[in-house]
Amino acid sequence: MSLHVLAPGLLTTVQDRGREGWRHLGVARAGALDPFAAALANRLVGNPEDAAVLEITLLGPTLQWAQPLRIALCGAPWPMRFEAASGADCTLPTGRPLALPAGTLRLGAAREGARAWLAVAGGLDVPVVLGSRSTDLRGGFGGLDGRPLRRGDVLGLLAPPDIACTAPRHPAWWVDPLAGAPRTAPLRYVPTSHPAAARLAGQDWRVQASSDRQGLRLAGAALPGASGSAISEAVAPGTIQLPPDGQPIVLLADAQTVGGYPRLGHVIAADLPRLAQLRPGDALRLSPCDAATARALACAARVRMARIGLAVASRLASA
Amino acid sequence: MNATEADLQPLADDAWLLRFGDAIAPATLARVHALCARVRAASPPWLRDLVPAYASVGVFFDPAVADAEAVRDWLRQQCAALDEDSVAATPTRTVEIPVAYGGEFGPDLEAAAQALGIPADALAARHAAGDYTVAMIGFAPGFPYLAGLDPALALPRLATPRTRVPAGSVAIGGAQTGIYPRESPGGWRLLGRTPLRLFDPQRTPPALLAPGDRVRFRAIGADEFARLAARES
Repeated sequence: MSLHVLAPGLLTTVQDRGREGWRHLGVARAGALDPFAAALANRLVGNPEDAAVLEITLLGPTLQWAQPLRIALCGAPWPMRFEAASGADCTLPTGRPLALPAGTLRLGAAREGARAWLAVAGGLDVPVVLGSRSTDLRGGFGGLDGRPLRRGDVLGLLAPPDIACTAPRHPAWWVDPLAGAPRTAPLRYVPTSHPAAARLAGQDWRVQASSDRQGLRLAGAALPGASGSAISEAVAPGTIQLPPDGQPIVLLADAQTVGGYPRLGHVIAADLPRLAQLRPGDALRLSPCDAATARALACAARVRMARIGLAVASRLASA
Repeated sequence: MNATEADLQPLADDAWLLRFGDAIAPATLARVHALCARVRAASPPWLRDLVPAYASVGVFFDPAVADAEAVRDWLRQQCAALDEDSVAATPTRTVEIPVAYGGEFGPDLEAAAQALGIPADALAARHAAGDYTVAMIGFAPGFPYLAGLDPALALPRLATPRTRVPAGSVAIGGAQTGIYPRESPGGWRLLGRTPLRLFDPQRTPPALLAPGDRVRFRAIGADEFARLAARES
């Protein structure tokens, strides 16, 4: 049982929740940019939350398989077409478990947002490297040989489901954890004492095209105080750095472990999933938040995701 | 600033940054590594990652296991308990790194020696004689920033970075020396190369060096380089 990659999409990588415990040796966390969405996609197909999934970016891949399987896509709304081996053709909804016969899945271009996570029942079978199946693109290891998918790749499944299915099936319910989170609301951040930290909030920023999984590069009126040399110290996904050109960088999951640019603060954990959905050219605003509120919001987000997970499990059990 | 005055600030909602001042100094570095050793020995259940740097430690915790405030208070206690004796008593490992200097292994050795006004073999000898400490690992997996370079050997970075620096290259960038773990772009001056693999994700631990390790270089010739390289691959 395996997935054949007919077209890789723009940047499709194998990810789980990422690596822990090796940051002191320079090993990045990597992992899904929105671990909640990846965990939920796994829940929907009955996988452990940290099973390996595909992270798709802007333009999704085309995948083919020869036996029935179960998948789920969470994250940005995404056009999905399925052609059964029998010739029947249909569109598929996101945010719910899909039982599919042998056929070809075409993930098109995202209409809004930038990323989604595709879970396959059984979980993707790639080697565990340093405790994780995530692709470390900068280190060149993990996932599928440390690189994005290519045409012709074949991905195995750890525990292929034994299901019978002759036509696509899905339940009437679905989940959308980003529902109710207005996409245009300011991203909240906890400022440092750096003099430019408060200035992040005063203007509109735009996401530069050079952004990637390592960081979102913002463009706007240059912030002052960038020239002061800082001594290298730990950074984390969410850290906002100020490089010499005065245009801030918000680090994401592939962030290096230490950095020498002045630190202006960090985007709060509860808003990290929204960072994952920003695409080049998107406008955004930042608003300051105190650390205690940030942690309370992170806790509330974890509770909410746990509740959604339980609701999904009970629906699946009663199906 | 003494240990009890360590400054703690939020690095992320699940991480604290503990700063011991803002200067690069051997005593500060010793304190950083002593604190890391202490925290690792205690191995609190919430600990996810410890990231030592020149004058700070990033402490990543699992917010589902412990409250941020409890982690902060515990870290304060650990800092307060860090006296001169315990810093001095922190065990360190010494790792010897064989290096072939100059020629194809160190394409910048000659020019760097000229810039410093000393013969190339003197530069290699002085670099190899240094007593270094891995201040931190960063930039790339397994890339050690080594403190302890003879200040007289400091060299500015290349005006135009190389697009390809061979894996194992031993280099000087500013007042620091380091080793490139895998082929990558880089702007430091290349003095030599080690046949040892600094980083291999299939190994546990994956990196040859860890923060706090002492490093001694040993100059080797092309023959020994080839022999050791064959053993490593």
